[in-house]
Amino acid sequence: MTSSRTPLSQPRLRRRLCWLLLLLCLLGLIPIQRSIDLRTGSDRGVAEVLFLPSGKFLRPLCLGYEGLFAEIYWTRVVQYFGRKRLANSTEFKLLGPLLQITTDLDPHLPIAYHFGSIFLAEKPPRGAGQPLEALALLYRGIVANPDHWRLWEDVGFIYYWDLKDYAAAARAFQTGSERPGAMQWMRAMAAKVAAQGGQLATSRFLWSEIARQAANEQIRKNAQDHLIALDAEEEMTKLGELVALYNSRQGRPARSLQALVVAGYLRALPRDPSGAPYILDAGGRVSLNPRSSIDLNLMQ
Amino acid sequence: MIMLALETIDLTKEYRLGFWRNRAKRALDRLNLRVEAGEVFGLLGPNGAGKTSTLKLLFRLIFPTSGSARILGKQLDDISVRFRVAYLPENPAFYEHLTAQEFLNYVASLFGLSAVERRRRVGELIDQLGLFASRNVPLRRFSKGMIQRLGIAQALINDPDVLFLDEPMSGLDPLGRREVREVILRLKERQKTVFFSTHILADAETLCDRVAVLHHGRLQGCGELNSILCLGVSTTEFVLEGPSPEVMTELAAYASSVIRTGERVRFEIPEESNIQVALEIILRRKTKLISVNPVKRSLEDYFLQKVGASEASQETASAYGWS
Amino acid sequence: MRVATIAFHTFKESVRQKVLYNLMAFALLLIGAAILVGSISVGVEQIILITLGLTSISVFGLLISIFIGIDLVSKEIERRTIYNILSKPVSRPEFILGKYLGLLLTLLVNTAVMTAGFYGALFYQKHALGLGDFVFLGAVYFILLQLAIVVGIALVFSCISTPVLSAVYTFCLYVIGNFTPDLRAFGQEAHSALLGTVSDILYYLLPNFGNFNVISQVAHAQKIPGYLWVGNSLYALLYMTILLGMAVLVFEEREFR
Repeated sequence: MTSSRTPLSQPRLRRRLCWLLLLLCLLGLIPIQRSIDLRTGSDRGVAEVLFLPSGKFLRPLCLGYEGLFAEIYWTRVVQYFGRKRLANSTEFKLLGPLLQITTDLDPHLPIAYHFGSIFLAEKPPRGAGQPLEALALLYRGIVANPDHWRLWEDVGFIYYWDLKDYAAAARAFQTGSERPGAMQWMRAMAAKVAAQGGQLATSRFLWSEIARQAANEQIRKNAQDHLIALDAEEEMTKLGELVALYNSRQGRPARSLQALVVAGYLRALPRDPSGAPYILDAGGRVSLNPRSSIDLNLMQ
Repeated sequence: MIMLALETIDLTKEYRLGFWRNRAKRALDRLNLRVEAGEVFGLLGPNGAGKTSTLKLLFRLIFPTSGSARILGKQLDDISVRFRVAYLPENPAFYEHLTAQEFLNYVASLFGLSAVERRRRVGELIDQLGLFASRNVPLRRFSKGMIQRLGIAQALINDPDVLFLDEPMSGLDPLGRREVREVILRLKERQKTVFFSTHILADAETLCDRVAVLHHGRLQGCGELNSILCLGVSTTEFVLEGPSPEVMTELAAYASSVIRTGERVRFEIPEESNIQVALEIILRRKTKLISVNPVKRSLEDYFLQKVGASEASQETASAYGWS
Repeated sequence: MRVATIAFHTFKESVRQKVLYNLMAFALLLIGAAILVGSISVGVEQIILITLGLTSISVFGLLISIFIGIDLVSKEIERRTIYNILSKPVSRPEFILGKYLGLLLTLLVNTAVMTAGFYGALFYQKHALGLGDFVFLGAVYFILLQLAIVVGIALVFSCISTPVLSAVYTFCLYVIGNFTPDLRAFGQEAHSALLGTVSDILYYLLPNFGNFNVISQVAHAQKIPGYLWVGNSLYALLYMTILLGMAVLVFEEREFR
């Protein structure tokens, strides 16, 4: 028998071996779990939302912890969306239901409405391409949070950017501007949109607003991508004017932008915001370098 | 070769007490015992002496801090030895929802007995220990005496060579105690070893070949009951009926104690040499002599002496700050 | 075999406990009620019955597992019946294993009864049972695997703690085990490498009960993928081994003062 302070029933070695064995079993769990996760696909935890009639169905089951469950679902939204984007997926079937449940459980989660308004409305592959669902989500949010004027900003933005319905957009900005605490530019925006419709400067302002107050990395990155595309579009327009000028002066179409540099119209080969040089395509139009990372589809 | 039924070598059990586990309490301190096969051995001591701890250590319900023990020559963690020994804890608790028969059946199956053997053995024991009438009664309705009988029955299922009983007579009425005594004597006849602990000295007196006395976890003394009982001063007891005052006075001179109960007077006369003198006085005065008996030094005396010495040394130790 | 003896004894003892029957009665009642609920909304009766029915089996199975599991060892220690058993030629690991298997047997029988009730209700609703209805047995099998793990957890706690605390801890672990993917997600979204690693470790350490939940799929007539049968069975087996091992290691050092 051991004469230690605490008497042991079994020799130390045997006990250590047993613990080691248990540890090995524990480590053995890891590959099994990973294999299950891999094959089930990451939608395992969230796929069931398709089967839920509505989030209201879940409320009583939360036993008073709706807030916690809303947080859980919100995290699932972010994870789901992030995964889909990473996998370059083009459909986001579960985004709508997930957001609906999140906001059913906690109608006062501003980030959920904001996130939903952007990514439900955005066209694939950046979003679900469901602007009407996004609007529905926002309207539910407005009903539950009548003082959140930012929701009207989101509504206006969807009408402006995704639906190109400038009249409706102006109305939304107007309504939002009347809410307490609304910023001054809302009223100005309403007027501008009503008068001028879709202008680059207006778009840039709105996207900058979104980027500035983005509470979420995905939102911010998305907004910045849009801003970069807007910048590129603007530069391309200006370059196009320059090329037209060159063409008319030279009498023949320029074959590449290098020609403009040589002729002194440009100081150097212009680069787009991502650093890739602009090129002239076969039809003589300014376009993005194929290597450029800018996505002009965002302008659609 | 005479096999030792039980041998403990410096068996020690120390408990750590206190929130920070900084105080030590020795429930058992270097116990060295040797119990031979076929004897009835009593472990005596007051409550808290370490008797139950000893038995629990032997059956690995608790583990020794140091030291070792062997039962029938095997180490304590050798499970195979459990086939040949049995244990009955103090105030035993068995599964209340089972009937006596079901319970004994269960225990029998733990020994790997076949269904036929189980039936036979369980039946035997039920009869032997007078449980036939209550064999189908759930144990929750058993009285204390019946539980004890059942406890012995379950201990005997495997016909063990060594039985360890912790306070087997505790809480029993005289009838129950006699039954247990008889069981132990019958086992002795069959050359089984019985090791039991008790704080009731009378039981040990009638049953044990040898005893050991435990106090504060330490072995105070160990030996054959006969030699312990014959130790020390022998006194003779004279019981007289209606002695005259003169006899009273004369005998009182030699007596160490005089006790009057109604018409009878009991004199204790120490020293063998005085017996003759006392007898002469009694016969001369024609006093009615009821009985003459040597007063054996009882286990009580031995116990009190040993324990008293231990208490004294304990107090001394405490006074000096040792414990 | 001694383990089998102890297992059967544990089974018989568990089966006599009244709480078992109360819980089972409730479960069967709920399954019956599911038929009524289903008949209210047209078109989804079967989905509701299956979802509610299987969920009842799962929930009540969980309650039974906890109620009986926590007593498994602590009751024997508290009532001191364990002195008797351990003085027989029964090693401590054999004792633990026997107790565990006995409880598993109890669970199996309970679940079988509730499943029979479930199929009875299904038959009543559909007026016929087809080959496709076998898929629900798969869901029940997974529920059983889950419960085997829960019982293992209850067993470990039973060896080291009081029944009330064991129930609380086991239940908490069950709840947490259902949200392990979300826990991991929280950790990953937290923008801290340390939290991310911790949540990863926890994800693999804690029992992932979500793996076993196929109730929604089965209710919507989807098949259970083959890899899930293998994966879940292996996972459960490994986890049960771990839990049993822990229980044995803890129990072997336990002293009975």
